[in-house]
Amino acid sequence: MRGLSTLWMRFRRNRGAVAGAVTLGLVVAAALVGPLLYPVDPFDMVGQPAQPPSASFLLGTDVAGRDILAGILNGARISLLIGVLASLAATVVGVAFGALAGYYGGWVDDVLMRVTEFFLTIPSFVLAVVVVAIFQPSVVTVTAAIAVVSWPSVARLARGEFIAQRGRDYVQGCRAIGMPDWEIILLQIMPNALPPVIVVSSLMVATAILTESGLSFLGLGDPNLVSWGYMIGVARTVLRTSWWMSAIPGAMILVTVLAINLVGEGLNDALNPKLRKR
Amino acid sequence: MSAPVLAVDGLTVEFRTALGTVRAVDDLSFTIGEGETVAIVGESGSGKSTVALALLRLVPDPPGRIVAGRVRLDRQDLLTLDDAEIRKVRGRRMAMIFQDPMMALNPVYTVERQIGEVLRLHLGLPRQQVFDQVVELLRLVGVPAPEDRARQYPHNLSGGMRQRVMIAMALACKPRLLIADEPTTALDVTVQAQVLELIQELKSRLGMAVLLITHDLSIVAETAHRVIVMYTGRKVEEGATAEIFADPRHPYTGGLLGAAKWEENEGNELREIPGAVPSPFDMPRGCSFAPRCAVALARCREHAPALADVAPGRPVRCFVAQEAAR
Repeated sequence: MRGLSTLWMRFRRNRGAVAGAVTLGLVVAAALVGPLLYPVDPFDMVGQPAQPPSASFLLGTDVAGRDILAGILNGARISLLIGVLASLAATVVGVAFGALAGYYGGWVDDVLMRVTEFFLTIPSFVLAVVVVAIFQPSVVTVTAAIAVVSWPSVARLARGEFIAQRGRDYVQGCRAIGMPDWEIILLQIMPNALPPVIVVSSLMVATAILTESGLSFLGLGDPNLVSWGYMIGVARTVLRTSWWMSAIPGAMILVTVLAINLVGEGLNDALNPKLRKR
Repeated sequence: MSAPVLAVDGLTVEFRTALGTVRAVDDLSFTIGEGETVAIVGESGSGKSTVALALLRLVPDPPGRIVAGRVRLDRQDLLTLDDAEIRKVRGRRMAMIFQDPMMALNPVYTVERQIGEVLRLHLGLPRQQVFDQVVELLRLVGVPAPEDRARQYPHNLSGGMRQRVMIAMALACKPRLLIADEPTTALDVTVQAQVLELIQELKSRLGMAVLLITHDLSIVAETAHRVIVMYTGRKVEEGATAEIFADPRHPYTGGLLGAAKWEENEGNELREIPGAVPSPFDMPRGCSFAPRCAVALARCREHAPALADVAPGRPVRCFVAQEAAR
C-alpha cells in the first residue's frame, strides 16, 4: 500500500494530470449516472428539429428533433465503454505476444514479430473500417476492430521490456531454483515490465475513443446506440446553419481525449523509473 | 571412497555466433566429493561461468549448446533429463549463488516471497510454514531480526544482506551441490570474509559439495580444497590448493599467482601476464597460452598439448611442465 501512496504523490505533482483526472472523473460520472438522472431516450423525437440550446432543451435538438443532451450522456457510455474495452483487449493480446516473443527470443520472436509487423504496415483506421465493414457494425465488432489495430504497438513495447528483463540475474535466479517458464513470465517479469505498458494502454483509450468516433462518423458504429461520432456525422450536413449540433459532441470528444492524455502523462511520471530521481 | 557428488566428464559447450562457432568450454572433466570445495579459477573469458550455467543446464540456447559430455549428480546424468526433471534438480539438489546480489533478487517481491518460492516449488509447503521456514533460513545465514527482514523488499537491504538472502534461497532445500559464481565480487572486503565464512560453515553443517567460481586467488587459498585452473575454456592445471599455490606447474598458473602476490614482490612491482586472452575466433594453432608464455617452445606454437599428470593428482596441459616432470 505504501507503493500506491508514493505513486499517488508523484502523480499529484503533475497538475495537468490532476486536472485531467478530475475532468475524466466528471465524464465517467456523467456516463454512469447521467442517463439515470436525465431519462430521455436519445432516439426519441422530443421536439422541433434543429433547435439551439434553450431552457427546455439544454443543448438543443438535432436534425431529427432528438435531445442532444440525452445523446451526449448516452454517447459518453458508448465512447468510454468501447475505449476502455478495446484498449484492454489490445493490451492483453499485445502483452501476450510481446511477452512470449521477448522471453523466448529466437524463432518464436521472429514469427510473432513478423505477425505484429504485418498489422503495423496496414494503415490502422483503414483496417478498422474494413474489419467493421466485413462484420456487422455492433459494439462487439467495433471494439474488436479497434483492438485489432491497437495491439501491435503494445506487443512491441512489451517485447522490449521482456528482452530487457529476461537478461537480468533475478530471472536466471528463478530458473536456477527450478521455476517453470510460465511462472517466470507471469509472476516474475510481468510486474517489472508492466508500468510502461500501463502508460501506453491508458493513452490508447484516448486513441480508441477517437477511432470509435471516426467509425461512427462514417456510419460504421452500432446502429442501435448513439455515440458522439455518430452525432457529429448526423450534424455534418447542417454544419453551417446549426453548428452546435456537431460542436457539442466534438467538444466532448476533445475534452475526454485530452483528459485521458493528461492522466496518461501523469501515470508516466508516476511509473516511469527513469523519471523517478527527478 | 564413496561416489563423488558431482562428476563432470568431457563437458563441451559451444556458442554459435554470426562470426562462427566458439568453444566456451572444451572437454572439461572434474569431480567434487561430499563436503569438498573445488574452485575454478581463470580470467574473464576463460569459460568458468559457462561451466556453472552448464551444470544447471542454464546456458542460453540459442546461441549456446552443450555439445558433449556428461554431468552426473549423485550418479544421475543431468544432461539427458527432460525440462520438467531438470527443474526438479535446480534449486533442490543443485543450487546457485549469483555474482551480483543487487540484480539477482526481483525488486517487486519481499524477501519472504522470494525465498518462499523455492520451498513452494520443491516442497509444496503451505503459507504459514513457508514463513516460519524463511525466518529459520534467514537466521541460519545470520540475518539479524529475520522476522522483520522477511517482510522487506530487496532495496531495503544492504549488499551483504542481499547476498545472505541469496544464500538462504540457495540453501532452502539443502542442496547436494552449491555453485557459487563469484559470490563476493560485488561486496565490500569486510563483507566478503563474512560471506565466505558463512558458506564454509554451512557447507560443513549440511555436508554439501561446493563449486566456487572466482578469479580471486585469495578466496581460493582460504576456502578451496582443490583448484582447477581454466584458460580459453580448457582445464590447464588441477591440484590440491596447497600444492598449486606452493608449486604451480603451468606457466599460466604461475602468472596468475605472480600477479596476485604483487605485494610480496620486490619493490611492490605488479607482475602481470603480458598480452590478453586470445579472441575465441582467432585461437592460436598450438597451445592457446603460447603467445603470452615466457617459456614457450617452438613446439608449443605448432601443437596443442594434452592434459597429462606431472605428479599424482596433478594434471597439467603444458609441454614444458610435462617435459620437466619426466
